[in-house]
Amino acid sequence: MKSLKKALYSQKVAPYVFVLPFILSFIFFWIYPLFSTIKMSFQSILPGEIEWVGLDNYRKLLKDSVFHLAIRNSFTYMIWTLILLIPFPMIFACIMDGHLVKAKGFFKALLYMPALTSVVVAGTLFRLMFAEMETSQMNQIVQWFGLEPVKWLKGKHTGMLALLVICCWRWTGVNMLYYLSGLKSIDKSLYESAEIDGASGFKRFWYIQVPLLKPTTIYVLTISIYGGLAMFLESFMLWNGNASPNNIGLTIVGYLYRRGIEKNQLGYASAVGLVLFVMALIVNIVQLIWNGSFKKEDR
Amino acid sequence: MAKQKDSFNIEKKMGMTLKTRILSVIATLFFAILGFIVVFPFIVMVIASFRPGKDIIRYGLALKIDFDVMSLNNYKYLFFGGDHSYFTWFKNSMVLTLLTVVLTLTICYFVAYGLSMYDFKLRNFLFFLVIATMMVPFEILMLPLFQEMIDLKLIDTTAGVILPGLVSASTVFFFRQYMMGLPKELLDAGRIDGATEYGICIKIMFPVTKPAFAAMAILTSMGAWNSMLWPLLVYRSANKFTLPIGLNSLLTPYGNNYDLLIAGSCFAVLPIFVVFLAFQKYFIEGLTAGAVKG
Repeated sequence: MKSLKKALYSQKVAPYVFVLPFILSFIFFWIYPLFSTIKMSFQSILPGEIEWVGLDNYRKLLKDSVFHLAIRNSFTYMIWTLILLIPFPMIFACIMDGHLVKAKGFFKALLYMPALTSVVVAGTLFRLMFAEMETSQMNQIVQWFGLEPVKWLKGKHTGMLALLVICCWRWTGVNMLYYLSGLKSIDKSLYESAEIDGASGFKRFWYIQVPLLKPTTIYVLTISIYGGLAMFLESFMLWNGNASPNNIGLTIVGYLYRRGIEKNQLGYASAVGLVLFVMALIVNIVQLIWNGSFKKEDR
Repeated sequence: MAKQKDSFNIEKKMGMTLKTRILSVIATLFFAILGFIVVFPFIVMVIASFRPGKDIIRYGLALKIDFDVMSLNNYKYLFFGGDHSYFTWFKNSMVLTLLTVVLTLTICYFVAYGLSMYDFKLRNFLFFLVIATMMVPFEILMLPLFQEMIDLKLIDTTAGVILPGLVSASTVFFFRQYMMGLPKELLDAGRIDGATEYGICIKIMFPVTKPAFAAMAILTSMGAWNSMLWPLLVYRSANKFTLPIGLNSLLTPYGNNYDLLIAGSCFAVLPIFVVFLAFQKYFIEGLTAGAVKG
């Protein structure tokens, strides 16, 4: 008993005690569900009746045009979020980092506020602002510019625009804060020596801040790809349910939800999930290799 | 030489003053406009919460101040109406948030401590697994996890909502990054003083890690307060709903209860705003964790 206690307190065993919760959670809430979804993707599952169907689910997916649309929507959305939510927050952060902006704390708090709202609140709010009546907020703005009112949530492009507006509204401030914290770790003497060499303003941004912010960019890039591909609730709330006209707002996870939860086709839905899994994996690995994150430098 | 450089700098600064001032005004104005755009939807929402719900159905949502139709009726109904479950949802959200924050932070702290403070065989492998779990969107595991919860009889329980996300990979990651920047000499000093491995973790390292706790507490509470997808699947009975699911349940195919929804949304955003504003300093300090070294 005493030796057990001694072993438990030894420097060799202690780290394993510390990481035990992770190992347990990893097994029960990650590996197990992952394997069971892989297994289910080769099955046809009806209540009390499970049948192995081999690659049938995947064959069906190849021909499923609604699924292809969902993939296109998710990718379009993800790529736009990368274009909008990496450079702009980075620039905003660089402007704010200098001595120019007054009342920094106030603006930081202001820009962060949308991230504090739940998707339910944000989605409902924007659904009503993007309503098709002439009197809705977005149509009023459009009319100021002398244009016709738009049926935002019924068109393919305007629907995507609405999704991106929500996304930018919620995450610009967050990404800016990530970049601000990245900027904090840049040695200020670099700026001074650059200034003596005559590099300030844009040159400072391009040759010092952008390269040295690379770790932050990798982080933001990773969470954006992941979040973009897995987007679902924004669309769910914007169209008040999982059904949008002509599936303009349907995403991969939306399709998984429709098949798995709404239609209870667990096998087919699992196959959809696995396609998303493989895509997320590929994108992440490519991105990590490209950024050199696999080089052993973290200690 | 050094003196020359100084005077060069001063001259340069003097010459820049006017230009700097103009730039400063422009930059501040820029953020003021950006800030206004960001806050605008909130203003619209707050004003709409004083309008009758059927008005919103007819006209959509826009910034329109019209004192003839505006009243406190929605809030009267919210607070004194009685025939809705809003405050049950509110309480449920509070409980869920509190439990999630306390449990997640404690456990993730220990895991990150193990991963950052020791050199052991599986360390890199385990950290790789942490990253791997971060790379798989939760939504992929949603269905099998849902099945698992049914098998474990955890459907419609708070345990079922909390358990799968308890060891949050991103929280572990953050704590680890933070702790990698702390001097390991603290551990050796603790050992020399005769503290046990667990004693060092709790008594010596915990106080130094507080800024990271503050940051993660805010992020985690925000996530729990607003979490929707998983609770939507796990909770079945209306008296267990949290705010997001409850508010969502007001939107039915038979008509939407905007009277309660908009006023309720305003009130749901309030607590998290208060927490954020109160702890904002810790939060931003915590995000910049890497820079705060012992």
